[in-house]
Amino acid sequence: MLWSDFERLGRFWDPWQDFEPMRRSLFGNGRTSAIVEFPAVNIWVDGDDALVTAEIPGVDPDTIELSVVGKSLILRGIRQPEEIKNGETYHRQERWQGRFSKTVELPFAVESDKVNARFTKGILSVELPRAEAEKPKKIAVKSA
Amino acid sequence: MAETVTEVQKKEADTPQQGERTRQQRVYTPSVDIIERKDDIVVMADMPGADEKSVDITLEKNVLTIYGKVESEIPENHRLYMSEYGVGDYHRVFNLTNEIDRDKIQATVKNGVLKLILPKAETVKTKKIAVKAA
Repeated sequence: MLWSDFERLGRFWDPWQDFEPMRRSLFGNGRTSAIVEFPAVNIWVDGDDALVTAEIPGVDPDTIELSVVGKSLILRGIRQPEEIKNGETYHRQERWQGRFSKTVELPFAVESDKVNARFTKGILSVELPRAEAEKPKKIAVKSA
Repeated sequence: MAETVTEVQKKEADTPQQGERTRQQRVYTPSVDIIERKDDIVVMADMPGADEKSVDITLEKNVLTIYGKVESEIPENHRLYMSEYGVGDYHRVFNLTNEIDRDKIQATVKNGVLKLILPKAETVKTKKIAVKAA
């Protein structure tokens, strides 16, 4: 990114800012009312790949199942509730728990055997390279 | 109750009444579970993106403050195509009603979840009083 871009966008460019008005128009105030199925995901794209990140804190990474079909990425797993023994009581129970299965629609088909996933600090990131056949082709313009 | 909840949405924390934050960073209220056990109170907080180095916990009198710093990572040359969550710090404050044994507080962060074990002070542990026949 050029420095001039930084100036244009502001030093502290917040990519989520652009989504605020959209979210508001869809869900009203947008602060608490938007319905998001667990886990919440963000999708980043450029011409050659997509990067899907999901917040799945407290889940053992070995139990997360990922599958890719065409343009869809499916995330499956389970978030175990804490075991409560006799005499122990919940004062608050706000954290989401249970079995999840979420399908994420990507803007293009991906090379399913080249998908890369890692899990750090409760965040899953999946790199999905765009399928060769789906990549935009440059067409040379010839003079007649 | 929790079994029926299928939606998640991060809640942005309110601006503190004492003043504004100096860092231009979003701040969220982490979801917590609080369990009272016989000898301690367990606080579990969802703080994805934070680790043991970036979480600060303070206990002043009865006020427990949790703060987790998160560096937002914006992948180079990528644009955000869809967004269901924002990235920012975590902040939450609790007033504890129990006396806590401060020296024995344990805190761990694993897979983006903070687990705080707050042992009850000896004096407030429930004591069973045997009733003897006269």
